[in-house]
Amino acid sequence: MTAAITVKDLAKTYGRVTALDGVSFEVSEGEVLALLGPNGAGKTTTVEILEGYRKADSGEIEVLGFHPSTGGRPFRDRIGIVLQETGTEQVLSVRETIEIYGASYSRRRPTAELISLVGLEEKADARIKTLSGGQQRRLDLALGLVGDPDLIFLDEPTTGFDPAARRKSWELVEGLTALGKTILLTTHYLDEAQHLADRIVVLSGGRIVAEGTPRTLAAARATTVRFSTAQAAEVRDLPVLGEGREVRGHRVSYQTTHPTADLHTLTGWAVERGIELEDLEVRRPSLEEVYLEIMESARQDNRRQ
Amino acid sequence: MNIPRADLVLLLRQIRHQNRVFWRTPVAAFFTLVLPIFFLVLFSVIFGTSEVAEGYEFSQFFAPAMAVFAAGSSTFTTLAIGTALDRNRGILKRVRGTPLPPWVYMTGRIGSGVWIAVISVVVMFLVGWAFFGFVMLWDNLGEAAAVFVVGVATFSALGLSVCALVRSADATPAVANAVFLPMAFVSGMFIPLDDAPRWLVTLGDIFPLKHFAEPFGAAFNPFHTGVVLGWEDLAVMGVWLVAGLVVTTRFFRWDPKG
Repeated sequence: MTAAITVKDLAKTYGRVTALDGVSFEVSEGEVLALLGPNGAGKTTTVEILEGYRKADSGEIEVLGFHPSTGGRPFRDRIGIVLQETGTEQVLSVRETIEIYGASYSRRRPTAELISLVGLEEKADARIKTLSGGQQRRLDLALGLVGDPDLIFLDEPTTGFDPAARRKSWELVEGLTALGKTILLTTHYLDEAQHLADRIVVLSGGRIVAEGTPRTLAAARATTVRFSTAQAAEVRDLPVLGEGREVRGHRVSYQTTHPTADLHTLTGWAVERGIELEDLEVRRPSLEEVYLEIMESARQDNRRQ
Repeated sequence: MNIPRADLVLLLRQIRHQNRVFWRTPVAAFFTLVLPIFFLVLFSVIFGTSEVAEGYEFSQFFAPAMAVFAAGSSTFTTLAIGTALDRNRGILKRVRGTPLPPWVYMTGRIGSGVWIAVISVVVMFLVGWAFFGFVMLWDNLGEAAAVFVVGVATFSALGLSVCALVRSADATPAVANAVFLPMAFVSGMFIPLDDAPRWLVTLGDIFPLKHFAEPFGAAFNPFHTGVVLGWEDLAVMGVWLVAGLVVTTRFFRWDPKG
């Protein structure tokens, strides 16, 4: 597969603050990549360099065969940018706005089609200042798609949405991937990354601290086994299992990277003693837990340096 | 310079777009058009019967002066404030992410400002003619137009340079007005400065507005002879025009965060 985005050893400092420190990744054509990370991790800087808004201090960048800062008009003709902080003229209507911002693209999608795509038919001739926050974000999305781009940058596309509106936006983004569009997404929401992204890159302190599909990210982490027993005393000769055992009265939990073998030992031990393992629970970590764990170890790494 | 036809079409659409936004923004329309009309009416009522010089009616001086005031305001003030507000809202950043060439966008804004300047000049003349006895000197209209072109070019460049230098959208309206209104007074636009102290006259000479207003007004002075746009006026406006362009191209930022 050809790469839509290739980034090698990207570095950027603002004064004495290091924003990016050797970031490398690729996004294949038709792929949805999510950049995850806390505020200040370098997500926005990375995306704005790829969009051509900022220049990197060093590193190799290629986006759709262009260098973003020199690609100019032909480059911008093929990308769509949906940023949080870009506004529109409040006194114009939805239709007028799509018309004027679409005017400079060579492959222009029809205004009516875009309006119905983002579900703003009823507001098509309403002034933008009368739109709700969610409706304005949907207009942002329409403006990002007006040039029928091959690559779409989505910066926190559903921040501030209610759950129903989020679902609707997700469906929209899924519709885009079905058309073979490449999407680079930044988000704070893990469920959004899990739902939409083929691959996730986790940034912290200007570095990539984890990378993988939502599934492989979670697979590299320990599974949690939890149960409780009626007799607290029995727990004392519990076999050694996994790592990080935690006993709180009747409740026991431990982490394991070999859940099958460990469960076999555990249930064998329980059957032998006639103990019932109540509320026995085996749980793969959620992406959220994985993410928090990655962030915690990244923080410790930073402190050690 | 060879500009593709498609880009000219884009430019015309941008001018129309900026005009539409302007007329739908009452505050901008008020300060640009209503304020000079108000000054024109107020001062003409007060000084209506007086003469600037023997046979040179007040309205013959004041209608062109207010026309220049309105033209300066619709280029300088409108461009400075409007562009700063739009940058603050992230509109400029959005534009920069589309294939629209930056020069088309900026020229669209300037073109719209100049168009509004033309409208306001016509409105001032019409009001002066209808109510206060202003007489159009058609023979001098060509010369007045030449002064107008140099003047609005200068004040467009200066308006954008204010936007380039003042990064805060909150401060821009204050800065733009704090520059333009006093400049109008020291340039003798409201009251002729014939009897003013020397330093005040010198102060007015430094800034470009006087060099826009005086030759433009001279074109409508029945007793003026010779060319209205002298070398000195042209040179002062030219210096400010170049300075405005240099500052704008050097310091202008599209991003709201600078």
